[in-house]
Amino acid sequence: MTTLLEGAGRRTLKDLDYLGGLSIQWWAAVRALKTTLPFTGNSYRWKESVRQMLQIGVNAAPMVGLMAMCSGFILAMQGASELRRFGALHYVIDLVSIGFSRELGPLLTAIAVSGRSGSAFSAEIGTMKVTEEIDALRVMAFEPIEFVLAPKYLAALVVVPCLSILANVFGMLAGGIFMFFSTHLTLGLYVRDIMNTIQFRDVISGLIKSLAFASIIVQVGCLEGFRVRGGPDAVGRSTTTAVVRSTFLVIVADAVFTAIFYFTGMH
Amino acid sequence: MPIISIRDLVVEYDGRRILNGLNLEIDQGETMVLLGGSGSGKSTLLRQIIGLEHPKSGSVNVKGTDITRCSDGQLKHVRRSIGVAFQSAALFNALTVEDNIALPLREHTALAPSIIDLVVWIKLAIVGLADFGKLYPQELSGGMRKRAAVARAMALDPEILVFDEPSAGLDPIVAAELDEVILVLKQAFQMTVIVVTHELASAFRIADRIAMLHEGSFLAVGTKDEIRSSKHPRIRQFLDRAPDETEHVRIMQAHLEKYLRSEEVSR
Repeated sequence: MTTLLEGAGRRTLKDLDYLGGLSIQWWAAVRALKTTLPFTGNSYRWKESVRQMLQIGVNAAPMVGLMAMCSGFILAMQGASELRRFGALHYVIDLVSIGFSRELGPLLTAIAVSGRSGSAFSAEIGTMKVTEEIDALRVMAFEPIEFVLAPKYLAALVVVPCLSILANVFGMLAGGIFMFFSTHLTLGLYVRDIMNTIQFRDVISGLIKSLAFASIIVQVGCLEGFRVRGGPDAVGRSTTTAVVRSTFLVIVADAVFTAIFYFTGMH
Repeated sequence: MPIISIRDLVVEYDGRRILNGLNLEIDQGETMVLLGGSGSGKSTLLRQIIGLEHPKSGSVNVKGTDITRCSDGQLKHVRRSIGVAFQSAALFNALTVEDNIALPLREHTALAPSIIDLVVWIKLAIVGLADFGKLYPQELSGGMRKRAAVARAMALDPEILVFDEPSAGLDPIVAAELDEVILVLKQAFQMTVIVVTHELASAFRIADRIAMLHEGSFLAVGTKDEIRSSKHPRIRQFLDRAPDETEHVRIMQAHLEKYLRSEEVSR
């Protein structure tokens, strides 16, 4: 019993230590964000931020779009199979539009970015750690958080919400295609129905979630990289851990935000 | 007045003592070689001198600032007067050799781009890499990477130049060439040079004084002749390249003799 309690205590302390490290790093990254801004910040950081935006956002757009279309079809077909029995097939439009704008758009995007870029952040920083590049930055009087992390963070804060909107559009488009073939509802009427269904706050709540997910993915990916100790095998382990932890924390954060929006009447 | 002064420096990792109350003074313009075997603590001492780690107790004064207790701003200021060439070179693989050297100049000075280009060319010419600036680090040989690292370490004209195992992984000719580069730099720029190595030939070629480390303590600190004529058994063993008489060597020897005897009997 004592051993069990000791184990639980140790695990709790370890998790608290991790969350503490994550919070400290997040705050340092927020403070460093101003150096990455155009015009007022450092031009080299801004260029790096733009490069990251292309890598995280533009290069991921086809994958996110395809994932969203598949999910849109799945959601529409699954919904239709039940709603048809009650003669409420029209509600597939509500299901897809509200489901994507509030939930699936941001979540699918976060899962795609976590697997694609979160692991890349961890591998890049972990390799820099192993090859003493992070030490080299520090002895050259650079702050690794500002130099390495901040451009990635700014890029993610810009492109993850954009990707979420893209996912919303493609998911809803899939619903429209399904409705066209199953009920011959024209795309024009489908769009009009969607505009009547979705409220501004649905989109805003999805974008707030996107910003939180972007923060989690970047901070977890980079923290795992900065915590690499040892050789190349440690880099491999850190990438796996980065994806697992960021996906887990994204889903936890999603639940928390959904609960907050539900109980505050935003949904 | 010494440029670096180490007092009662104690370093521990997970309760294991690595450096055991070290005291050392390094004068302006001298070349101090930290010599010792694997695990003697020389790289740990180097990381303390460049402020990458905090000791358990004691102080490291660099140019009159105790870098173990100073603020981040003061530490950054001190670091700008130290150039470090890491064992693995630690060049940024995403940047060309030119950009690696230009990086601290772009970030820490207000020099015009044309002046920065000129300074970069001069630094590369000093280490014999003037024609290789456009290449990426992974396109260079091991010796060239180390020389590029020296060029980057000199970018801000530091007062103190630090080399971590400069000869490691290099063939004797390239290692000797790097020793010559260190000697030329010292003569030309009157820098204080600190070199961590376990290569005897290199140490006795470049040193003004040698500090001999063993198990976290200094066995001797003195001129090349003083170290060479030392009667200390451990120093003699190191200089004469004599192996340790350990128990497992004796056991292995006994096993081998027994095996050879049984082979002879079977024949």
